[in-house]
Amino acid sequence: MKRSDLQAMARRELERQQAVRCRLLCCASTPCLSSGAATVQQALEQAVTDNKLDAEVAVVSTGCMGPCSRGPMVTVQVAGQEDIYYENVTPESAQRIVVEHVMANQPVAEKIMPSDLPFFAKQHKIVLANSGLIDPERLEDYVARDGYSALAHALREMTPEEVCAEISKSGLRGRGGAGYPTGLKWDLVRKAPGEKKYVIANGDEGDPGAYMDRTLMESDPHRLLEGMAIAGYAVGADQGFLYVRGEYPIAAKRLEKAIRTAERRGLLGSRVLESSFSFRIDIRIGAGAFVCGEETALMASIMGRRGQPTPRPPYPAQSGLWECPTLINNVETFGNIVPIIAHGADWFASVGTAKSKGSKIFALAGKVDTTGLIEVPMGITLREVIYDIGGGVGEGHTFKAAQTGGPSGGCIPAEHLDTPMDYESLRALGAIMGSGGLIVMDNASCMPDVAKFFMEFCTDESCGKCVPCRVGTVQMHRILERITNGSATAADLQILEELCTMVQETSLCGLGQSAPNPVLSTLRFYREEYEAHIQRRECPAGVCKMTEAPTLALMEALPRRIRELGTIPMSLA
Amino acid sequence: MAVITMTINDELVSGVEGQSLLTLIREQGIELPTLCHLEGLEARGGCRLCLVEVQSTHRLLPACTTTAQEGMAIQTHSERLVRYRRMILELLFAERNHVCAVCVMNGRCELQDEAAKIGMDHVRYDYLVPELPLDASHDKFIIDHNRCILCTRCVSVCDSVEGAHTWDVMGRGVNSRVITDLNQPWGVSRSCTSCGKCVQVCPTGALANKGSTVAEMVKRHDFLQWILDGREKKQWVMQNGGSEGRR
Amino acid sequence: MTTLATKKTARKAEKAEAAVGKIRLATAWLGGCSGCHMSFLDLDEKLIDLAETVELVYSPIADVKEFPHNVDVTLVEGAVANVDHLELAEKIRQRSKLVVSFGDCAVTGNVTSLRNKFPVEDLLTRVYHEGPGAVPRGGETDKIVPALIPRVLPLHQVIEVDAFIPGCPPDPERIWAAVSALLAGEPVVLTEKMRMFG
Repeated sequence: MKRSDLQAMARRELERQQAVRCRLLCCASTPCLSSGAATVQQALEQAVTDNKLDAEVAVVSTGCMGPCSRGPMVTVQVAGQEDIYYENVTPESAQRIVVEHVMANQPVAEKIMPSDLPFFAKQHKIVLANSGLIDPERLEDYVARDGYSALAHALREMTPEEVCAEISKSGLRGRGGAGYPTGLKWDLVRKAPGEKKYVIANGDEGDPGAYMDRTLMESDPHRLLEGMAIAGYAVGADQGFLYVRGEYPIAAKRLEKAIRTAERRGLLGSRVLESSFSFRIDIRIGAGAFVCGEETALMASIMGRRGQPTPRPPYPAQSGLWECPTLINNVETFGNIVPIIAHGADWFASVGTAKSKGSKIFALAGKVDTTGLIEVPMGITLREVIYDIGGGVGEGHTFKAAQTGGPSGGCIPAEHLDTPMDYESLRALGAIMGSGGLIVMDNASCMPDVAKFFMEFCTDESCGKCVPCRVGTVQMHRILERITNGSATAADLQILEELCTMVQETSLCGLGQSAPNPVLSTLRFYREEYEAHIQRRECPAGVCKMTEAPTLALMEALPRRIRELGTIPMSLA
Repeated sequence: MAVITMTINDELVSGVEGQSLLTLIREQGIELPTLCHLEGLEARGGCRLCLVEVQSTHRLLPACTTTAQEGMAIQTHSERLVRYRRMILELLFAERNHVCAVCVMNGRCELQDEAAKIGMDHVRYDYLVPELPLDASHDKFIIDHNRCILCTRCVSVCDSVEGAHTWDVMGRGVNSRVITDLNQPWGVSRSCTSCGKCVQVCPTGALANKGSTVAEMVKRHDFLQWILDGREKKQWVMQNGGSEGRR
Repeated sequence: MTTLATKKTARKAEKAEAAVGKIRLATAWLGGCSGCHMSFLDLDEKLIDLAETVELVYSPIADVKEFPHNVDVTLVEGAVANVDHLELAEKIRQRSKLVVSFGDCAVTGNVTSLRNKFPVEDLLTRVYHEGPGAVPRGGETDKIVPALIPRVLPLHQVIEVDAFIPGCPPDPERIWAAVSALLAGEPVVLTEKMRMFG
């Protein structure tokens, strides 16, 4: 396939789409599918057939539209009219949409999600531009929206140096959480000596409640492949690996299909777009280990070894897969490449703040009216995200904290709601940008309990290679358990804080180094809650059941309980 | 080989390019503890005891896996490092059931030694008291998981020196365990050559000769260098002479 | 060589000496085998020197029922295993200026803590109600045995401890090194060999 063939394909597809009067877009991402999107789509198709509308109405399964808690979502596109979003669609209402809206032009009012809601208005879709609009399983849909033309442009009109320079100029930083400048990384790999180089897309998204990468992989797989191919060209790699989390079967299936199709059409594989550049992409499926999201552990896993990190340096850019220079970026980072090459670095850099450019996808979850997947410009305030986009914490509830970055991140209290969401501001608060998990909590949440939850996650996910992470997390969890069950003493809090710093500074990889963050950040902003648990054996939020007592109190409590129960009690409640 | 100069604890020292920090530090006569690394095995950076402060980075780096570089300035025994080493040892003692008084290695154990050296005279953390097995199915050796610190020297020596790869690691986090073959009893392992290298490199009483009772087990790490020298330099002479070895 | 007791500890001991003529020494026996006390008696002729400077106000080898007040130094052998130990430990802390964990059981839990793998209920059943000389459940003996706490604990996890003498048992040399320092109001300094567990 040549560039002209690509343009011809786009033309044909656009003609095909314009041939129908109306398109019914039905979300087929994991959240909507789990609330019944498949039957909704069947109902739409059935209604279209029953009413003999096949020639003028197309039912299309698409990727994510965003407001996941309101799914299944359906978008009605009628030529010459504004798109209309329907929420909580059932098979019955699907039928009504066809009969009333499509046939009689009378939208089903009670199911409409107004498109002028701040939920949509405040978003800025760069990475998710196609998501919810195209059928992720059809290459033609992607090509019709200028797909693969950025790759064609790069291959034909740019040198690898120029591609790296363009990415550097855009100010794009790693979306996996750490925020390392992407262009700099690409340039390091490009300059690294070596015949063989690799490109890896990290899709091992593991933070609880986060699904940015899954959505991108499910909704717009070709964008990711194209971004990787551009990266391959820029750094001089001919092989890419897409590391997909084992819990994402739909994403893996769609990516697999996309790779096959792209290879068949000459957009991947040998002689891409009839140039001298060859690039193969293979999928590797993770086996359920959070640590494999860490780059060195991920590479060990790709090489068939036990998924454990190794000390850096050497960094992957010098010595990665099979000791070859390797570029490893997050899936979302690769999602930004096509728009940068297509629209230019200056266009991209016009969005965001001085040091954090572009947009960021967040998985908004917890105590907000509308949860879902959102893409916002960097620098937007937390208040706008929670109150405008998310619709607030609801009547009668008070906002308490927003948790970013999952088990590696921290909590942001109400007094910092106006903090701009960018790498530096969040880090200054002891939280992190992270990969994009954003959990909103109200007064019903107990902060030591929240810290305990994340610490338990880290104890389960520690690989066990280094001592501070393997045992330190368990000891920290033990202390948090004592704090939340009423048996902690003042000394425990001091030991906990010491352990936090030590585990942070001595752990081998990012998992251990960031595991204490949820504790440190809640201690920073909600210390009085910890003290209430320890000094008064009281949980201000009313979450923790104080069933145990400090050891010395066993003196009276234990014989009393034995007398009452006639046996040795398991707990002192 | 190019010569490099750098500073260790504010002293100017010189070394050879490509050397690990650990080798260079130990060459200066500075004692730096390592419970996972053993000279002759691939450096691993797991125990974190050999962490040093490197001036050019805010991170602490393990001396065993870090290559010495021209102009580096490092500290090996700052107050913070010593404190962290002590905490790491405390974590190890609390992790499994290390009851020195009833251990085959009592008095010759690396873990016990390091604790005494650093002055770790009590453990401030909860003893986790895990329920762990002991496998005595092998004719000659015993593995007692209660004493294992997961240094994986056994895994490394079995793979890279003996070439059998009988040992590996199962599970993760605090539930990790070294296993023989695919978690079969050691006695039925078909890959194990009964060479005993794993027993000799083990820093604690986790791996021991059968029949050793409390404080009876003696280990010799020097065999490893002997094998490696023999292999690479064709020198087949034991440093300490004969089969008697170090006692 | 490192310092086991803090400067604060040393000051406390100084004050202790100033307060009375003879230093009031106590030794206590919690969950342990008494081996540490045996090793203490192995101080042999040094015991005579000791008797000149200290008054032994409480000990398993002295016939004193109640733990006295105003003790200067208490050596505690054994781990904390039952409610009686908790009670005594608390009294020791309240009534002693310096508390020393004496031997591995007090310092680490050691052999006494080997029972921590088993639920207390199973343990009591096996020892008192199943073995030779089994007694019926709910009999008089049940009331005599002090309630076992769920986990045997080292002393410092129950009360604050000022110094540690590891060893199973600590040999007389290290006991002397520690005790003579404590009595002289100096920080406890043990050599590397002397602070080895086991």
